[in-house]
Amino acid sequence: MTSTTSVGSVPSVTAAVEAIDLQRTFRTTSGIIRRTRKDVEAVRGVTFAIEPGELFGLLGPNGAGKTTTIKMLITLLLPTGGSARVLGRDVVTDVREVRRRIGYVFGGDRGLYERLSARDNLRYFSELYGVPPREQGPRIAELLELVGLTGRDRERVEGYSRGMRQRLHIARGLLHDPEVLFLDEPSIGIDPVGARELRATIAQLSEQGKTVLLTTHYMFEADELCDRIAVIRQGEIVAEGTPAQLKGRVGGGRVLEIETYGVPDDVLVAVGDVAGVRSVAVEERGQQQVLILQCESDTEVTHPVLARLNGIRVGRVDAREPTLEDAYVELVSGA
Amino acid sequence: MRQVLHQQAVCYWLQLRVLSTSPFEGFLAVLFPLMFATAALLVYSVNGDPVAMQYAGLGAAIMGMWTCQGVVASSLLTRERWAGTLELLVAAPTPLSRILVPITMAMSTIGLYCVVATMLWQSWVFDLRLEIESWPLFVLSVLMAAVTLAQVGFFLSVTAVRYRTSWALGAALEYPGWLLCGFLIPVDLLPVWIQPLSWAIPTTWAMDAIRSAADGGSPWGSLAVCAATGAVYAVLAAYLGKRLVDSARRNASLALT
Repeated sequence: MTSTTSVGSVPSVTAAVEAIDLQRTFRTTSGIIRRTRKDVEAVRGVTFAIEPGELFGLLGPNGAGKTTTIKMLITLLLPTGGSARVLGRDVVTDVREVRRRIGYVFGGDRGLYERLSARDNLRYFSELYGVPPREQGPRIAELLELVGLTGRDRERVEGYSRGMRQRLHIARGLLHDPEVLFLDEPSIGIDPVGARELRATIAQLSEQGKTVLLTTHYMFEADELCDRIAVIRQGEIVAEGTPAQLKGRVGGGRVLEIETYGVPDDVLVAVGDVAGVRSVAVEERGQQQVLILQCESDTEVTHPVLARLNGIRVGRVDAREPTLEDAYVELVSGA
Repeated sequence: MRQVLHQQAVCYWLQLRVLSTSPFEGFLAVLFPLMFATAALLVYSVNGDPVAMQYAGLGAAIMGMWTCQGVVASSLLTRERWAGTLELLVAAPTPLSRILVPITMAMSTIGLYCVVATMLWQSWVFDLRLEIESWPLFVLSVLMAAVTLAQVGFFLSVTAVRYRTSWALGAALEYPGWLLCGFLIPVDLLPVWIQPLSWAIPTTWAMDAIRSAADGGSPWGSLAVCAATGAVYAVLAAYLGKRLVDSARRNASLALT
């Protein structure tokens, strides 16, 4: 598998999914009498490649262009620039062949026929995705087992919890045994137990050799599941690499967390000026303010920082290794 | 071919279940046609003319079908959009036209129910027994009305793929359709300049065939024109369907937001 931290790596010839300078601009209009048009660049030249069998994460804040990128790859949106191929097939000119080979699952409550049972929903989409009639029964039973809905499959979907719906979505996306699976925030709004089960299902799919493109807001999920991650910000990929490589980008060092109460802004500036401190972020936790300092690993900063906080009530002080979330926050905030 | 037929049959059956268990569509299908028929027959019964009552009774029966098929069809894909299933339907390898046919046929079945329910209502509440000279031709004409209205619905529904508010077009057609199709007023009484609009709707010809079958005349001419105009809508919808889906992909109008 690729193990570079380059931004926008050149797609390989054998990639399962490849995007080359992919762009998408939306045109919006406003006003009734004087119509004004505005072009919004949602995706601005995204380039990446996903190898067969790889679980690739696409991370980014809301509106960064994750879903737009996925929708271009699954043929629901036409790119306004660049190109993309899935399993060697162009997403603009070879639409039907791309659709036959991919599965698409998105998060949330929608996307199912509420008044049909889970089994009937799967029967309906089996027909649309060309699963031969004789194979439908065993395939549906197998998938219901995989997502843990056996026994509840004859109930109407309108009575399902969000977690059950999400698992049914996964089953729907797998009906035609696609080679590539696009998962757009599949764990959004699911309780911790449901999310853990979902992660286990995704890991299982990856073990089976499926190529997966996953978007998520949950960093631990991406850290646990993804072989490689690309971080997208304002329509552009700002970093790409393994979770370990992305974590290594955070100053190549460590994180210092200091609990404080009532830190004035000028003191924050002074703390940021300490040699070895690369950035300071403040997280409000009730009455507490937690200072999160990204520090150089080879510089002792604890004592000088505490000296600058002289006269301010300080609680616990923790030094820890950077997490993927630290890397993500640094990348998307442009720090 | 066998797999396509299997697909159409299964999708038809499942869509019929979706439609028949929906409180909203159920309300439209059960109550609206009866209310329309009641209003029409109350107006026509003032003169006590049995010929006029027969005319209104036949028209009222098809009026319900027009409402629950033609009007609802235009909101068909809007419903899919709200449910979040429209993107999944478009993303399927099956052509959209083949997905829409069983849905509109399921609507036709609800439309046929409307005809039967209205005729029974007329009989129970108004003691109106429709005089039908040829039941086979009458049934054939009603079936033709259902099929061709499904084709019109197919045409209306594809526009919703591209235009999010096109469901309003169907709603706007409901009452003008009652006049244009000759349900309660003969098309000949409409202004001459408006009559070509009536002729362009297959339901006008189906209504004419139904009246001919009931009166003992030959419905075949009207049925032929009805089938031909219906086919034009189907071909147009299939042609537009592909282009409107491409346009929706270009303009990002498939999703709710």
